[in-house]
Amino acid sequence: MEAEVRPLPRFEYFSPSSLSEALKLMKDYQGKARLLAGGTDLVIKLKKRAVIPEAVIDLNKIAALSFIKFAGGSLHIGALTRLTEIKDSPVVKEKAPALVEAISVMASTQIRNRATLAGNLCNASPAADTAPALLVLDASVKLQSADGDRIVPLAQFFMGPEQTVRKPGEIMTEIIVPEPKGSSTFIKLGRRKAFTLSVAAVAAYAQVSKGKFTEVRVAMGAVAPTPLRAEKVEKALKGKEVSEENIAKASALVKIDCCPITDVRASAEYRTEVSAVLAKRALRKVSMGEK
Amino acid sequence: MIVRFRLNGESVVQVVKPNETLLDVLRDRIKLHSVKKGCDEGLCGTCTVILNGVPVRSCLMLAVQANDADIITVEGLAKLGTLSEIQQAFLEKNGFQCGFCTSGMMLTAKVLLDSNPKPSLDDIKDAFDGQLCRCTGYEQIIESVQRAAELRTAKK
Repeated sequence: MEAEVRPLPRFEYFSPSSLSEALKLMKDYQGKARLLAGGTDLVIKLKKRAVIPEAVIDLNKIAALSFIKFAGGSLHIGALTRLTEIKDSPVVKEKAPALVEAISVMASTQIRNRATLAGNLCNASPAADTAPALLVLDASVKLQSADGDRIVPLAQFFMGPEQTVRKPGEIMTEIIVPEPKGSSTFIKLGRRKAFTLSVAAVAAYAQVSKGKFTEVRVAMGAVAPTPLRAEKVEKALKGKEVSEENIAKASALVKIDCCPITDVRASAEYRTEVSAVLAKRALRKVSMGEK
Repeated sequence: MIVRFRLNGESVVQVVKPNETLLDVLRDRIKLHSVKKGCDEGLCGTCTVILNGVPVRSCLMLAVQANDADIITVEGLAKLGTLSEIQQAFLEKNGFQCGFCTSGMMLTAKVLLDSNPKPSLDDIKDAFDGQLCRCTGYEQIIESVQRAAELRTAKK
């Protein structure tokens, strides 16, 4: 007996070997093409018929899109760089520790061996774990089209679940992380320790000088239609003294910044409460050096 | 489309459609039924193959993407009629019951032990974080990997 096959929809397949070829294809297909990088989201969506593209443009043969380099005071990560490579990279560990922490608790080894950073961002799941980490690191993304390129701050990239400002002809080619002056961290709460989606996730970044927060950023995942910065928390702490009391008071404001839903993983109420706890832990860690 | 790759050391040429997964081509065209179809959406790990030295989910790859690749399945672990240390260890330590996850487990073990001959318990748990087994409760699988590491060291 033949095994049950759930065929993928039919599509034209292209495997360009250069970015310019890929950009031309993107222009020709006017939004009716899908980009294939790691395939860990796209292939599932194809199987479920959640997307039925006319063409699939496979980026995997474009070697120039896979790199990690530190230049001009910023870390640059190519769109096709696998999560495993980023997680194991000494320069990323040094310059963007929160990103390494986030990737370490994402998906499973084999998924990380294929999945890419740009793919995680462009898929734009509200629970994308790399997003809060990159948001507190003040990252930007480079979007390229046949007509030119633009740099978009990640804070302005997400529009809603699976929606971003990326235009039909654009390809995200790199992620840019400025060298941080302070410390950053990422904390995730899942239903299990490994291979699980976030119930809630919080990243924090702080620069402390003379016992005061000179810069503070907090971002959250899985508690709103997009990953987002917790602006009320940040505002409440900036310029303030680093103290248990100030951190506890500010962390509670997460409840105003987030707007979670109830789903199979947790209730909206639980997500709200636990985000405040995660924010408190993350802020203590980056400002007081706690584990 | 024509796809050419090396499968357990032998050259393979197949005519495939772009919308066929590597898993479906291995199972339905090449009739390599050791590569299992469990969830078909990347969650269970039973479709694991080693692609250019890296363990990956064959259900999440298009077959056309395997062009020029070097693929190893459980048939590539040892010559027919012999057992590799990993296979020997899984037998000794009862590393399987129903056997559905076993190919994926052994291939994951191979990549781990090739790069890390003496893995710690945490190293093993990390490498197997996406490999599901519904029979053993994992203890026997961990013991099998540890035993395979011993057998490999003893052989050297």
